[in-house]
Amino acid sequence: MPDLRFLSKKEIEDIHTASLDVLEKTGVLVKNYEALELLEKAGCIVDSQVVRIPQDLVEDCLKRPPSSLKLWTREGDRSLSVGNDNVIYNPGSAAINFIDRNTWEMRRAVSQDLVQLVRLVDALKYIQAQSTAIVPSDIPEEISDLYRLYVILKNSSKPIVTGAFTKEGLMDMKRMLEAVVGGSETLTSAPRAIFDCCPSSPLMWSDVTCQNLMDCADHGIPAEIVPAPQIGATSPITVAGTLVQSNAEILSGVVISQTVKSGAPLIYGGSLSSFDMRYCTARLSAIEAMITACAAAEIGKHYGMPTHAYLGLSDSKTVDPQSGFESGLGISLAALSHINIVSGPGMLACENCQSLEKLVIDNEICGTAYRLIEGFSTDISVLAIDVIEKVGPGGHYLAEKHTRENLRKEHFIPSDIICRMTPDSWRKSGSKNALNRAKELTDRLLREHVPTPLPKEADDYLEKVFKDILARYEIPLSKLPSLE
Amino acid sequence: MCEEIFKDLSDAVKNYDEDLSRILANKVIKLGLDPIEALEKGLAKGLREVGDRFGQGEAFITELIAAAQAMEAGAEALNEEIAKRGARRKAIGRCVIGTVEGDIHSIGKNIVVTMLRAAGFEVIDIGIDVSARVFVEKVKDSKPDIVGLSALMTTTMNKQKEIIDALSAAGLRRNVKVIVGGAPVTREWVEEIGADGCGLDAADAVRVALDLMKERHV
Repeated sequence: MPDLRFLSKKEIEDIHTASLDVLEKTGVLVKNYEALELLEKAGCIVDSQVVRIPQDLVEDCLKRPPSSLKLWTREGDRSLSVGNDNVIYNPGSAAINFIDRNTWEMRRAVSQDLVQLVRLVDALKYIQAQSTAIVPSDIPEEISDLYRLYVILKNSSKPIVTGAFTKEGLMDMKRMLEAVVGGSETLTSAPRAIFDCCPSSPLMWSDVTCQNLMDCADHGIPAEIVPAPQIGATSPITVAGTLVQSNAEILSGVVISQTVKSGAPLIYGGSLSSFDMRYCTARLSAIEAMITACAAAEIGKHYGMPTHAYLGLSDSKTVDPQSGFESGLGISLAALSHINIVSGPGMLACENCQSLEKLVIDNEICGTAYRLIEGFSTDISVLAIDVIEKVGPGGHYLAEKHTRENLRKEHFIPSDIICRMTPDSWRKSGSKNALNRAKELTDRLLREHVPTPLPKEADDYLEKVFKDILARYEIPLSKLPSLE
Repeated sequence: MCEEIFKDLSDAVKNYDEDLSRILANKVIKLGLDPIEALEKGLAKGLREVGDRFGQGEAFITELIAAAQAMEAGAEALNEEIAKRGARRKAIGRCVIGTVEGDIHSIGKNIVVTMLRAAGFEVIDIGIDVSARVFVEKVKDSKPDIVGLSALMTTTMNKQKEIIDALSAAGLRRNVKVIVGGAPVTREWVEEIGADGCGLDAADAVRVALDLMKERHV
């Protein structure tokens, strides 16, 4: 199996040691009082919210999180294994913009875009998990995180990668998940969703994200620790320096989580970008950002933790050759690095925009990437000596049983997103480019795909819980846009 | 009984089973059933179905060829029986087809031949590396409705033009439709050399041939 590596064991250990130094000498700023108390009790030195963490404590906490976890479908009938060499793609998360499906212009995303995206992801074979990919502008901000989860739970069975926007948000979202799966015990033993908890680079935990991380630990919810440093601006300009810092940020999260509850499930994540010194933008598709993301995952694997990265997105502002090239490279590198959760498909414009057409194209790239890392067999049956003998010089293999039998086994057969026609057939079928073809496929999938409906009882319960939570914000469900 | 064995023949083609196709064809003859009916309702029907699936992108060329070979395996015995009975399969039209001089590629031509036969054409396959002179002779002798010129390489496709010119010089061009085929062939090329059509793949070739037959009967 092909396997991409940037770091030797020695280099990883050097980075690890440097991160421990940072945590002990520089420390991290933690803006959550409950966490500060717990950390102090665990042996950290706390000086006006700056927490210096002793190396022994970090080493000890690192031994505790599980090396893999299972992420279940809404119905609990199937699970994805998060860990080892398994790769799971899900859409890039929390875009505020959307590529309009008729005008191709970038505009603010609305709830209907999210509904369509979720239904589309439900239909796409190689995008194995949902994510709360859009922040709809027509939904009140204070309940936006809850609403996104509500839309997914009603429109798809696939496991979910999500996150909360407020301190209370995580527990509310937990209640919604419990309503659907039938109770907190079921949810703890078979989690349906991973929650992103992001430290703020450099070396800070906000009150909200720290609370989310602690709530996850407390309730056995898998938490994905996702630092998002911008190389050169909020982390050192060098790849290695950024790795030292982002690793320290993740390790501080490991300590917070494991101090709350030993053995709480965690994922070693990252949303690495390179700060563009010409346009002052966060370029997630800069080659150095991709290298750093892959190398960071190597460190996570060295710790024996499941890994995550933002890869497969593009900084282009539209679906074009740049978006294809950047996403193709990112999705392939993620596969070759065997990163367990890969967030990015569909995403454009420095993590700020989603496009359904790009998502459909990226799905094809993900399928190709799965094929890439499958490698190939050299068993005697596929060495094909017999069939070479049978066909002989000047013959052909098209009529051979060996060809028919191995075609579908060894070859990824793309959809018509990938044009394989002769120039004439292509012209005859309308001379459509990849974007036109993606639009047609998107239209067809949205028209034809019927997601498994949420069972009546679970649906009623979800409605009740959601209404209950909304009441606290004094927002009636009827005031929100219809999901139909 | 008839219907059952015809369905088995069709299934043998769909399952790419040459041996079974041959066995069933011989059984048809032994039972004294109509070999023409067995060909059309059995073997050809199976191949047309695989051809349709190929057109839809559900079957691949390797499967289409395998199905064609399974049909040929059974058709050999049935055709002998048809000849023995002095009967004739009522053909939609007659085609003469070959690969042009300098080109020894036969895979594409052979699959088109079989597909045309399955569609109900009488096909005279004149092989590979065929000179303009031989094409002219065969057209003169067999009086086909359609002549098919196959070329795989850009270096040999010029021969297609040479053959069309030779047919014109011999005064035969008006009486025969010309289809060109092969990987490098395009619509522009068809117009440039004055052919009547081209098959972009085997299934397309059959469609074009059927269209040209309609034109001839207008």
